[in-house]
Amino acid sequence: MNRRRIEEIIFRTLMFLATMLMGGVLILILIAIFRNGLPSLTWEMLTQPPKGGYYFGREGGIANAILGSLYLSLGAVALALIIALPVALFLNIHMKNYERWVNIIRFLMDTLWGIPSIVYGAFAFMIMIALGMKASLLAGIVTVALFILPIMIRSMDEVIRGVPDGLLEAGLSLGANRTEVAFLIFIRQCSTGFVTAILLALGRAIGDAAAVIFTAGFSDRIPTSIHQPAATLPLAIFFQLNSPIEEVKNRAYASAVVLTFLVLIISILSRYLSKKLKNH
Amino acid sequence: MNTAIRIRNLNLYIHNHHILKNINVEIPANKLTVIIGPSGCGKTTLLKALNRLTDLSPDIDISGQIFIGEEDILHTNRDITEIRKQMGLLAQRPFPLPMSIFKNVAFGLKIGGRRNKNILAKRVEYYLKEVNLWDEVKDRLHQPASRLSIGQQQRLCLARGLAVDPKIILADEPTSALDPISTQAIEQKFAELKKNYTIVMVTHILRQARQIADYIIFMHMGEVVEHGPAEQVLNNPKEEKTKMYLQGVFY
Repeated sequence: MNRRRIEEIIFRTLMFLATMLMGGVLILILIAIFRNGLPSLTWEMLTQPPKGGYYFGREGGIANAILGSLYLSLGAVALALIIALPVALFLNIHMKNYERWVNIIRFLMDTLWGIPSIVYGAFAFMIMIALGMKASLLAGIVTVALFILPIMIRSMDEVIRGVPDGLLEAGLSLGANRTEVAFLIFIRQCSTGFVTAILLALGRAIGDAAAVIFTAGFSDRIPTSIHQPAATLPLAIFFQLNSPIEEVKNRAYASAVVLTFLVLIISILSRYLSKKLKNH
Repeated sequence: MNTAIRIRNLNLYIHNHHILKNINVEIPANKLTVIIGPSGCGKTTLLKALNRLTDLSPDIDISGQIFIGEEDILHTNRDITEIRKQMGLLAQRPFPLPMSIFKNVAFGLKIGGRRNKNILAKRVEYYLKEVNLWDEVKDRLHQPASRLSIGQQQRLCLARGLAVDPKIILADEPTSALDPISTQAIEQKFAELKKNYTIVMVTHILRQARQIADYIIFMHMGEVVEHGPAEQVLNNPKEEKTKMYLQGVFY
Protein backbone atom coordinates (compact mmCIF):
# COMPACT_ATOMS: atom_id res chain seq x y z
CA MET A 1 0.00 0.00 0.00
CA ASN A 2 1.34 3.42 -0.83
CA ARG A 3 1.48 6.37 1.55
CA ARG A 4 -1.50 8.25 0.18
CA ARG A 5 -3.71 5.23 0.54
CA ILE A 6 -2.66 4.77 4.20
CA GLU A 7 -3.26 8.46 4.88
CA GLU A 8 -6.70 8.15 3.38
CA ILE A 9 -7.55 5.22 5.66
CA ILE A 10 -6.22 6.96 8.79
CA PHE A 11 -8.10 10.17 8.19
CA ARG A 12 -11.23 8.37 7.19
CA THR A 13 -11.12 6.41 10.45
CA LEU A 14 -10.46 9.55 12.48
CA MET A 15 -13.37 11.37 10.88
CA PHE A 16 -15.62 8.40 11.40
CA LEU A 17 -14.64 8.13 15.08
CA ALA A 18 -15.19 11.85 15.64
CA THR A 19 -18.64 11.55 14.08
CA MET A 20 -19.49 8.54 16.23
CA LEU A 21 -18.25 10.31 19.36
CA MET A 22 -20.42 13.29 18.59
CA GLY A 23 -23.49 11.17 17.89
CA GLY A 24 -22.76 9.02 20.95
CA VAL A 25 -22.68 12.01 23.31
CA LEU A 26 -25.98 13.23 21.95
CA ILE A 27 -27.60 9.83 22.39
CA LEU A 28 -26.21 9.49 25.94
CA ILE A 29 -27.65 12.86 26.93
CA LEU A 30 -31.03 11.89 25.54
CA ILE A 31 -30.96 8.50 27.32
CA ALA A 32 -30.00 10.15 30.62
CA ILE A 33 -32.79 12.70 30.63
CA PHE A 34 -35.38 10.29 29.27
CA ARG A 35 -34.58 7.52 31.75
CA ASN A 36 -34.70 9.78 34.76
CA GLY A 37 -37.34 12.13 33.49
CA LEU A 38 -39.99 10.16 31.61
CA PRO A 39 -41.37 8.26 34.66
CA SER A 40 -41.96 11.58 36.44
CA LEU A 41 -43.45 13.31 33.44
CA THR A 42 -47.19 13.60 33.98
CA TRP A 43 -49.96 15.57 32.36
CA GLU A 44 -50.32 17.48 35.59
CA MET A 45 -46.73 18.57 35.40
CA LEU A 46 -47.24 20.09 31.95
CA THR A 47 -50.48 21.88 32.71
CA GLN A 48 -50.26 23.02 36.34
CA PRO A 49 -48.13 25.68 37.96
CA PRO A 50 -46.41 24.57 41.19
CA LYS A 51 -48.72 24.24 44.17
CA GLY A 52 -47.70 24.53 47.82
CA GLY A 53 -45.14 21.87 48.54
CA TYR A 54 -44.33 21.15 44.88
CA TYR A 55 -40.65 21.57 45.57
CA PHE A 56 -40.94 18.96 48.34
CA GLY A 57 -42.32 16.42 45.94
CA ARG A 58 -46.05 17.17 46.19
CA GLU A 59 -48.54 18.13 43.50
CA GLY A 60 -48.23 20.84 40.89
CA GLY A 61 -46.23 21.26 37.69
CA ILE A 62 -43.98 23.47 35.64
CA ALA A 63 -46.53 25.18 33.38
CA ASN A 64 -45.22 28.49 34.72
CA ALA A 65 -41.74 27.72 33.44
CA ILE A 66 -42.89 26.31 30.10
CA LEU A 67 -44.97 29.37 29.32
CA GLY A 68 -42.37 31.68 30.84
CA SER A 69 -39.67 30.23 28.60
CA LEU A 70 -41.86 30.51 25.51
CA TYR A 71 -42.89 34.11 26.25
CA LEU A 72 -39.35 35.08 27.03
CA SER A 73 -37.61 33.47 24.07
CA LEU A 74 -40.24 34.40 21.50
CA GLY A 75 -40.34 37.96 22.82
CA ALA A 76 -36.57 38.23 22.77
CA VAL A 77 -36.31 36.79 19.25
CA ALA A 78 -38.99 39.17 17.98
CA LEU A 79 -37.24 42.14 19.55
CA ALA A 80 -33.82 41.05 18.31
CA LEU A 81 -35.18 40.43 14.79
CA ILE A 82 -36.52 43.98 14.52
CA ILE A 83 -32.99 45.23 15.14
CA ALA A 84 -30.88 42.51 13.52
CA LEU A 85 -32.56 42.44 10.11
CA PRO A 86 -32.01 46.11 9.22
CA VAL A 87 -28.47 46.00 10.60
CA ALA A 88 -27.50 42.95 8.54
CA LEU A 89 -29.02 44.42 5.37
CA PHE A 90 -27.49 47.85 5.95
CA LEU A 91 -24.00 46.43 6.49
CA ASN A 92 -24.09 44.47 3.25
CA ILE A 93 -26.01 46.75 0.93
CA HIS A 94 -25.73 50.38 1.98
CA MET A 95 -22.22 49.98 3.40
CA LYS A 96 -21.05 47.95 0.39
CA ASN A 97 -18.35 50.46 -0.48
CA TYR A 98 -17.12 50.89 3.11
CA GLU A 99 -15.58 47.44 3.49
CA ARG A 100 -13.15 48.48 6.19
CA TRP A 101 -15.86 49.82 8.51
CA VAL A 102 -18.02 46.80 7.95
CA ASN A 103 -15.15 44.51 8.90
CA ILE A 104 -14.60 46.45 12.13
CA ILE A 105 -18.29 46.09 12.96
CA ARG A 106 -18.12 42.38 12.18
CA PHE A 107 -15.18 42.01 14.52
CA LEU A 108 -17.07 43.79 17.31
CA MET A 109 -20.10 41.55 16.75
CA ASP A 110 -17.94 38.45 16.94
CA THR A 111 -16.50 39.70 20.22
CA LEU A 112 -19.99 40.31 21.60
CA TRP A 113 -20.98 36.83 20.44
CA GLY A 114 -18.22 35.37 22.59
CA ILE A 115 -19.20 37.15 25.80
CA PRO A 116 -20.88 34.72 28.23
CA SER A 117 -24.56 35.35 28.86
CA ILE A 118 -24.02 35.83 32.60
CA VAL A 119 -22.15 39.03 31.74
CA TYR A 120 -25.20 40.28 29.84
CA GLY A 121 -27.30 39.30 32.86
CA ALA A 122 -25.05 41.16 35.27
CA PHE A 123 -24.92 44.19 32.97
CA ALA A 124 -28.70 44.34 32.65
CA PHE A 125 -29.08 43.82 36.40
CA MET A 126 -26.85 46.83 37.03
CA ILE A 127 -28.99 48.98 34.76
CA MET A 128 -32.16 47.69 36.40
CA ILE A 129 -30.88 48.69 39.83
CA ALA A 130 -29.90 52.11 38.53
CA LEU A 131 -33.40 52.56 37.11
CA GLY A 132 -35.08 51.09 40.18
CA MET A 133 -36.71 48.31 38.18
CA LYS A 134 -37.68 44.94 39.59
CA ALA A 135 -37.07 41.62 37.88
CA SER A 136 -39.72 41.13 35.19
CA LEU A 137 -40.50 39.34 31.97
CA LEU A 138 -39.77 42.58 30.10
CA ALA A 139 -36.32 42.96 31.64
CA GLY A 140 -35.63 39.31 30.79
CA ILE A 141 -36.76 39.77 27.20
CA VAL A 142 -34.55 42.83 26.72
CA THR A 143 -31.53 41.08 28.25
CA VAL A 144 -31.92 37.94 26.17
CA ALA A 145 -32.51 40.06 23.06
CA LEU A 146 -29.22 41.87 23.71
CA PHE A 147 -27.44 38.61 24.14
CA ILE A 148 -28.78 36.97 20.96
CA LEU A 149 -28.45 40.13 18.83
CA PRO A 150 -24.84 39.54 17.74
CA ILE A 151 -25.67 35.91 16.98
CA MET A 152 -28.59 36.88 14.81
CA ILE A 153 -26.84 39.78 13.06
CA ARG A 154 -23.74 37.80 12.22
CA SER A 155 -25.59 34.75 10.97
CA MET A 156 -27.86 36.92 8.79
CA ASP A 157 -24.80 38.83 7.67
CA GLU A 158 -23.15 35.61 6.50
CA VAL A 159 -26.30 34.64 4.60
CA ILE A 160 -26.44 37.98 2.80
CA ARG A 161 -22.70 37.88 2.03
CA GLY A 162 -23.35 34.66 0.14
CA VAL A 163 -25.62 36.44 -2.34
CA PRO A 164 -23.74 37.25 -5.56
CA ASP A 165 -23.13 40.95 -6.27
CA GLY A 166 -25.02 40.52 -9.52
CA LEU A 167 -28.35 40.53 -7.72
CA LEU A 168 -27.63 43.90 -6.10
CA GLU A 169 -26.46 45.25 -9.45
CA ALA A 170 -29.55 43.88 -11.17
CA GLY A 171 -31.85 45.56 -8.65
CA LEU A 172 -30.03 48.89 -8.88
CA SER A 173 -30.04 48.78 -12.68
CA LEU A 174 -33.82 48.53 -12.62
CA GLY A 175 -33.92 51.89 -10.88
CA ALA A 176 -34.42 50.64 -7.34
CA ASN A 177 -32.53 52.37 -4.56
CA ARG A 178 -30.54 50.40 -2.06
CA THR A 179 -33.31 50.26 0.53
CA GLU A 180 -35.74 48.89 -2.04
CA VAL A 181 -33.19 46.31 -3.10
CA ALA A 182 -32.73 45.33 0.56
CA PHE A 183 -36.37 44.95 1.49
CA LEU A 184 -37.94 43.86 -1.80
CA ILE A 185 -35.22 41.57 -3.14
CA PHE A 186 -32.72 40.51 -0.50
CA ILE A 187 -35.18 39.53 2.22
CA ARG A 188 -36.88 37.16 -0.22
CA GLN A 189 -33.60 35.86 -1.55
CA CYS A 190 -32.29 35.13 1.94
CA SER A 191 -35.51 34.00 3.61
CA THR A 192 -34.42 30.39 4.15
CA GLY A 193 -31.08 31.46 5.58
CA PHE A 194 -32.80 34.00 7.79
CA VAL A 195 -35.07 31.31 9.22
CA THR A 196 -31.97 29.34 10.17
CA ALA A 197 -30.46 32.43 11.80
CA ILE A 198 -33.64 33.02 13.79
CA LEU A 199 -33.73 29.38 14.81
CA LEU A 200 -30.14 29.52 16.01
CA ALA A 201 -30.93 32.58 18.11
CA LEU A 202 -34.12 31.01 19.44
CA GLY A 203 -32.21 27.92 20.52
CA ARG A 204 -29.78 30.05 22.48
CA ALA A 205 -32.57 32.14 23.96
CA ILE A 206 -34.72 29.27 25.19
CA GLY A 207 -31.85 27.27 26.64
CA ASP A 208 -30.05 30.03 28.47
CA ALA A 209 -30.42 30.44 32.22
CA ALA A 210 -27.66 32.83 33.14
CA ALA A 211 -28.96 35.90 31.33
CA VAL A 212 -32.33 35.72 33.02
CA ILE A 213 -31.48 34.63 36.56
CA PHE A 214 -31.30 38.24 37.83
CA THR A 215 -33.43 39.94 35.24
CA ALA A 216 -36.55 37.84 34.74
CA GLY A 217 -36.63 36.56 38.31
CA PHE A 218 -38.58 33.42 39.08
CA SER A 219 -42.20 32.97 39.93
CA ASP A 220 -44.57 30.10 40.61
CA ARG A 221 -47.30 31.96 38.82
CA ILE A 222 -47.83 32.21 35.09
CA PRO A 223 -47.11 35.83 34.18
CA THR A 224 -50.10 37.82 33.00
CA SER A 225 -48.16 40.96 32.12
CA ILE A 226 -44.64 41.74 30.97
CA HIS A 227 -44.03 43.60 34.23
CA GLN A 228 -44.34 40.48 36.34
CA PRO A 229 -41.43 38.15 37.02
CA ALA A 230 -41.42 34.92 35.05
CA ALA A 231 -40.00 31.46 35.50
CA THR A 232 -38.00 29.75 32.77
CA LEU A 233 -37.32 26.08 32.11
CA PRO A 234 -33.52 26.16 32.49
CA LEU A 235 -33.91 27.81 35.91
CA ALA A 236 -36.68 25.38 36.88
CA ILE A 237 -34.32 22.51 36.03
CA PHE A 238 -31.55 24.16 38.03
CA PHE A 239 -33.66 24.68 41.16
CA GLN A 240 -35.22 21.22 41.13
CA LEU A 241 -31.92 19.49 40.52
CA ASN A 242 -30.54 21.15 43.66
CA SER A 243 -33.18 19.49 45.78
CA PRO A 244 -32.15 16.63 48.09
CA ILE A 245 -35.47 14.92 47.41
CA GLU A 246 -35.24 12.18 44.78
CA GLU A 247 -38.69 12.80 43.30
CA VAL A 248 -37.93 16.50 42.75
CA LYS A 249 -34.63 15.63 41.12
CA ASN A 250 -36.42 13.36 38.69
CA ARG A 251 -38.81 16.18 37.90
CA ALA A 252 -35.76 18.22 36.87
CA TYR A 253 -35.02 15.56 34.26
CA ALA A 254 -38.66 15.58 33.21
CA SER A 255 -38.37 19.36 32.74
CA ALA A 256 -35.28 18.76 30.61
CA VAL A 257 -37.33 16.38 28.43
CA VAL A 258 -39.92 19.14 27.99
CA LEU A 259 -37.24 21.68 27.06
CA THR A 260 -35.68 19.26 24.57
CA PHE A 261 -39.05 18.67 22.95
CA LEU A 262 -39.77 22.39 22.74
CA VAL A 263 -36.49 22.92 20.89
CA LEU A 264 -37.27 19.96 18.64
CA ILE A 265 -40.74 21.24 17.77
CA ILE A 266 -39.45 24.73 17.05
CA SER A 267 -36.75 23.31 14.85
CA ILE A 268 -39.11 21.09 12.87
CA LEU A 269 -41.54 23.96 12.40
CA SER A 270 -38.80 26.26 11.18
CA ARG A 271 -37.49 23.74 8.71
CA TYR A 272 -40.97 23.20 7.37
CA LEU A 273 -41.39 26.95 7.08
CA SER A 274 -38.09 27.49 5.32
CA LYS A 275 -38.90 24.72 2.85
CA LYS A 276 -42.20 26.42 2.07
CA LEU A 277 -40.41 29.72 1.56
CA LYS A 278 -37.89 28.14 -0.77
CA ASN A 279 -40.61 27.18 -3.21
CA HIS A 280 -41.40 30.82 -3.87
CA MET B 1 -22.65 60.25 -36.26
CA ASN B 2 -25.04 60.77 -33.42
CA THR B 3 -23.28 60.35 -30.07
CA ALA B 4 -25.07 58.73 -27.14
CA ILE B 5 -22.24 58.54 -24.64
CA ARG B 6 -19.14 60.68 -24.52
CA ILE B 7 -16.31 59.65 -22.21
CA ARG B 8 -13.71 62.29 -21.41
CA ASN B 9 -10.40 61.71 -19.60
CA LEU B 10 -11.82 58.89 -17.53
CA ASN B 11 -9.39 57.51 -14.97
CA LEU B 12 -10.33 54.92 -12.43
CA TYR B 13 -8.34 53.44 -9.57
CA ILE B 14 -9.35 50.61 -7.25
CA HIS B 15 -7.12 50.06 -4.21
CA ASN B 16 -4.60 52.33 -5.99
CA HIS B 17 -4.49 50.06 -9.04
CA HIS B 18 -4.92 52.05 -12.22
CA ILE B 19 -7.77 50.14 -13.85
CA LEU B 20 -8.93 52.60 -16.51
CA LYS B 21 -6.29 54.85 -18.04
CA ASN B 22 -7.37 58.13 -19.52
CA ILE B 23 -10.27 56.86 -21.59
CA ASN B 24 -11.58 59.16 -24.31
CA VAL B 25 -14.20 57.62 -26.49
CA GLU B 26 -17.55 58.28 -28.09
CA ILE B 27 -20.28 55.71 -28.33
CA PRO B 28 -22.70 56.21 -31.22
CA ALA B 29 -26.45 56.30 -30.66
CA ASN B 30 -28.69 53.52 -31.99
CA LYS B 31 -25.74 51.36 -32.85
CA LEU B 32 -24.32 48.22 -31.35
CA THR B 33 -20.96 49.03 -29.85
CA VAL B 34 -18.80 46.13 -28.78
CA ILE B 35 -15.96 46.44 -26.30
CA ILE B 36 -13.35 43.75 -26.93
CA GLY B 37 -10.05 42.96 -25.34
CA PRO B 38 -8.21 40.36 -23.30
CA SER B 39 -9.45 39.43 -19.82
CA GLY B 40 -8.56 41.87 -17.10
CA CYS B 41 -8.24 44.79 -19.50
CA GLY B 42 -10.98 46.82 -17.82
CA LYS B 43 -13.86 46.13 -20.22
CA THR B 44 -16.35 45.28 -17.51
CA THR B 45 -15.22 48.13 -15.27
CA LEU B 46 -15.73 50.60 -18.10
CA LEU B 47 -19.20 49.21 -18.71
CA LYS B 48 -20.10 49.44 -15.03
CA ALA B 49 -18.79 52.98 -14.79
CA LEU B 50 -21.41 53.97 -17.39
CA ASN B 51 -24.11 52.83 -14.98
CA ARG B 52 -22.25 54.05 -11.88
CA LEU B 53 -22.28 50.51 -10.51
CA THR B 54 -18.63 51.23 -9.77
CA ASP B 55 -20.04 53.15 -6.79
CA LEU B 56 -20.34 49.77 -5.10
CA SER B 57 -16.61 49.05 -5.05
CA PRO B 58 -14.73 50.06 -1.95
CA ASP B 59 -11.62 52.22 -2.28
CA ILE B 60 -12.50 53.52 -5.69
CA ASP B 61 -11.17 56.75 -7.12
CA ILE B 62 -12.70 57.97 -10.34
CA SER B 63 -12.08 61.16 -12.31
CA GLY B 64 -13.08 62.54 -15.69
CA GLN B 65 -16.47 62.85 -17.28
CA ILE B 66 -19.08 60.59 -18.76
CA PHE B 67 -21.69 62.49 -20.73
CA ILE B 68 -24.99 60.85 -21.48
CA GLY B 69 -26.71 63.39 -23.65
CA GLU B 70 -25.70 66.69 -22.06
CA GLU B 71 -25.42 65.38 -18.54
CA ASP B 72 -22.16 64.37 -16.85
CA ILE B 73 -23.36 61.41 -14.83
CA LEU B 74 -20.26 61.34 -12.64
CA HIS B 75 -20.94 64.86 -11.39
CA THR B 76 -24.68 65.22 -11.41
CA ASN B 77 -27.05 66.30 -8.69
CA ARG B 78 -29.77 64.07 -10.04
CA ASP B 79 -30.75 60.96 -8.12
CA ILE B 80 -28.54 58.06 -9.17
CA THR B 81 -31.55 55.74 -9.53
CA GLU B 82 -32.91 58.03 -12.27
CA ILE B 83 -29.65 57.72 -14.18
CA ARG B 84 -29.54 53.94 -13.83
CA LYS B 85 -33.10 53.68 -15.06
CA GLN B 86 -31.98 55.05 -18.44
CA MET B 87 -29.75 52.01 -18.80
CA GLY B 88 -30.72 48.37 -18.76
CA LEU B 89 -28.05 45.94 -17.63
CA LEU B 90 -27.58 42.39 -18.81
CA ALA B 91 -24.97 40.55 -16.75
CA GLN B 92 -22.69 37.61 -17.53
CA ARG B 93 -25.20 35.25 -16.10
CA PRO B 94 -28.84 35.92 -15.37
CA PHE B 95 -29.85 37.04 -11.92
CA PRO B 96 -33.60 36.58 -11.76
CA LEU B 97 -35.18 38.35 -8.81
CA PRO B 98 -36.48 35.90 -6.18
CA MET B 99 -40.09 36.21 -7.29
CA SER B 100 -42.43 35.11 -10.06
CA ILE B 101 -41.80 35.60 -13.77
CA PHE B 102 -44.53 38.23 -13.88
CA LYS B 103 -43.17 40.14 -10.90
CA ASN B 104 -39.67 40.11 -12.36
CA VAL B 105 -40.83 42.10 -15.35
CA ALA B 106 -43.23 44.24 -13.30
CA PHE B 107 -40.58 45.06 -10.67
CA GLY B 108 -39.09 48.10 -12.36
CA LEU B 109 -42.52 49.38 -13.32
CA LYS B 110 -43.82 49.08 -9.77
CA ILE B 111 -40.74 50.78 -8.35
CA GLY B 112 -41.41 53.57 -10.82
CA GLY B 113 -44.86 53.97 -9.31
CA ARG B 114 -47.02 52.21 -11.90
CA ARG B 115 -49.43 50.01 -9.99
CA ASN B 116 -52.53 49.76 -12.19
CA LYS B 117 -53.01 46.02 -12.60
CA ASN B 118 -54.32 46.11 -16.18
CA ILE B 119 -51.52 48.31 -17.38
CA LEU B 120 -48.94 46.17 -15.61
CA ALA B 121 -50.33 42.99 -17.16
CA LYS B 122 -50.24 44.52 -20.63
CA ARG B 123 -46.72 45.84 -20.19
CA VAL B 124 -45.44 42.52 -18.90
CA GLU B 125 -46.97 40.73 -21.87
CA TYR B 126 -45.55 43.28 -24.27
CA TYR B 127 -41.98 42.98 -23.01
CA LEU B 128 -42.08 39.20 -22.73
CA LYS B 129 -43.16 39.11 -26.37
CA GLU B 130 -40.42 41.58 -27.21
CA VAL B 131 -37.81 39.02 -26.11
CA ASN B 132 -39.70 36.03 -27.59
CA LEU B 133 -40.37 34.53 -24.19
CA TRP B 134 -44.13 35.00 -23.96
CA ASP B 135 -45.16 31.75 -25.66
CA GLU B 136 -42.88 29.74 -23.42
CA VAL B 137 -44.08 31.22 -20.12
CA LYS B 138 -47.60 32.54 -20.63
CA ASP B 139 -49.12 29.59 -18.73
CA ARG B 140 -46.83 29.88 -15.74
CA LEU B 141 -46.36 33.59 -15.23
CA HIS B 142 -46.78 33.22 -11.49
CA GLN B 143 -44.20 30.53 -11.00
CA PRO B 144 -40.77 31.42 -9.62
CA ALA B 145 -38.44 32.79 -12.27
CA SER B 146 -35.69 30.55 -10.93
CA ARG B 147 -37.41 27.53 -12.50
CA LEU B 148 -36.73 28.78 -16.03
CA SER B 149 -33.72 27.53 -17.97
CA ILE B 150 -30.64 29.74 -17.99
CA GLY B 151 -31.34 30.89 -21.54
CA GLN B 152 -34.93 31.77 -20.65
CA GLN B 153 -33.75 33.54 -17.52
CA GLN B 154 -31.38 35.70 -19.53
CA ARG B 155 -34.18 36.68 -21.90
CA LEU B 156 -36.35 37.41 -18.86
CA CYS B 157 -33.61 39.68 -17.53
CA LEU B 158 -33.56 41.48 -20.86
CA ALA B 159 -37.36 41.89 -20.77
CA ARG B 160 -37.20 43.18 -17.21
CA GLY B 161 -34.51 45.69 -18.22
CA LEU B 162 -36.48 46.87 -21.26
CA ALA B 163 -39.60 47.33 -19.15
CA VAL B 164 -38.15 50.35 -17.35
CA ASP B 165 -37.87 51.99 -20.75
CA PRO B 166 -34.13 52.67 -20.95
CA LYS B 167 -32.35 54.46 -23.77
CA ILE B 168 -29.21 52.40 -23.45
CA ILE B 169 -28.60 48.69 -22.95
CA LEU B 170 -25.39 47.64 -21.25
CA ALA B 171 -24.48 44.00 -21.70
CA ASP B 172 -21.54 42.32 -20.00
CA GLU B 173 -20.74 39.14 -21.93
CA PRO B 174 -24.47 38.39 -21.92
CA THR B 175 -24.13 35.07 -23.71
CA SER B 176 -21.16 33.59 -21.90
CA ALA B 177 -23.31 31.28 -19.75
CA LEU B 178 -25.74 30.36 -22.52
CA ASP B 179 -26.11 27.45 -24.91
CA PRO B 180 -25.67 28.15 -28.65
CA ILE B 181 -29.40 28.49 -29.37
CA SER B 182 -30.02 30.96 -26.54
CA THR B 183 -26.88 32.83 -27.61
CA GLN B 184 -28.26 33.19 -31.09
CA ALA B 185 -31.61 34.36 -29.72
CA ILE B 186 -29.92 37.14 -27.73
CA GLU B 187 -27.70 38.17 -30.65
CA GLN B 188 -30.67 38.37 -33.01
CA LYS B 189 -32.62 40.34 -30.46
CA PHE B 190 -29.80 42.84 -30.09
CA ALA B 191 -29.67 43.31 -33.85
CA GLU B 192 -33.37 44.24 -33.79
CA LEU B 193 -33.20 46.32 -30.62
CA LYS B 194 -30.49 48.66 -31.85
CA LYS B 195 -33.09 50.48 -33.93
CA ASN B 196 -34.52 51.88 -30.73
CA TYR B 197 -31.70 51.56 -28.25
CA THR B 198 -28.02 52.29 -27.97
CA ILE B 199 -26.36 49.00 -27.09
CA VAL B 200 -22.96 48.62 -25.47
CA MET B 201 -21.77 45.08 -25.17
CA VAL B 202 -18.64 43.59 -23.68
CA THR B 203 -17.46 40.35 -25.18
CA HIS B 204 -14.32 38.30 -25.52
CA ILE B 205 -15.73 36.25 -28.36
CA LEU B 206 -14.34 37.65 -31.60
CA ARG B 207 -16.88 35.77 -33.69
CA GLN B 208 -19.65 37.56 -31.85
CA ALA B 209 -18.00 40.92 -32.37
CA ARG B 210 -17.56 40.27 -36.10
CA GLN B 211 -21.14 39.17 -36.45
CA ILE B 212 -23.05 41.91 -34.71
CA ALA B 213 -20.84 44.92 -33.98
CA ASP B 214 -21.36 48.27 -35.71
CA TYR B 215 -18.68 49.97 -33.72
CA ILE B 216 -15.73 48.52 -31.86
CA ILE B 217 -13.69 49.64 -28.89
CA PHE B 218 -10.54 47.61 -28.36
CA MET B 219 -9.04 47.77 -24.89
CA HIS B 220 -5.77 46.51 -23.54
CA MET B 221 -4.32 46.94 -20.03
CA GLY B 222 -6.84 49.61 -19.09
CA GLU B 223 -6.36 51.70 -22.19
CA VAL B 224 -8.48 52.15 -25.27
CA VAL B 225 -6.06 51.13 -28.00
CA GLU B 226 -8.33 51.67 -30.95
CA HIS B 227 -11.93 52.44 -31.66
CA GLY B 228 -13.96 52.96 -34.77
CA PRO B 229 -16.51 51.40 -37.11
CA ALA B 230 -16.42 47.61 -36.87
CA GLU B 231 -15.25 46.95 -40.43
CA GLN B 232 -12.37 49.32 -40.10
CA VAL B 233 -11.12 48.03 -36.76
CA LEU B 234 -11.60 44.36 -37.62
CA ASN B 235 -10.31 44.41 -41.17
CA ASN B 236 -7.83 47.27 -41.23
CA PRO B 237 -6.62 47.82 -37.70
CA LYS B 238 -4.21 50.73 -37.36
CA GLU B 239 -2.53 49.69 -34.15
CA GLU B 240 -0.08 46.86 -33.80
CA LYS B 241 -1.73 45.59 -30.60
CA THR B 242 -5.10 45.33 -32.28
CA LYS B 243 -3.60 43.31 -35.11
CA MET B 244 -1.97 40.95 -32.65
CA TYR B 245 -5.19 40.50 -30.70
CA LEU B 246 -7.19 39.81 -33.85
CA GLN B 247 -4.64 37.24 -34.94
CA GLY B 248 -4.98 35.52 -31.59
CA VAL B 249 -1.47 36.29 -30.38
CA PHE B 250 -2.89 37.13 -26.93
CA TYR B 251 -6.31 36.75 -25.40
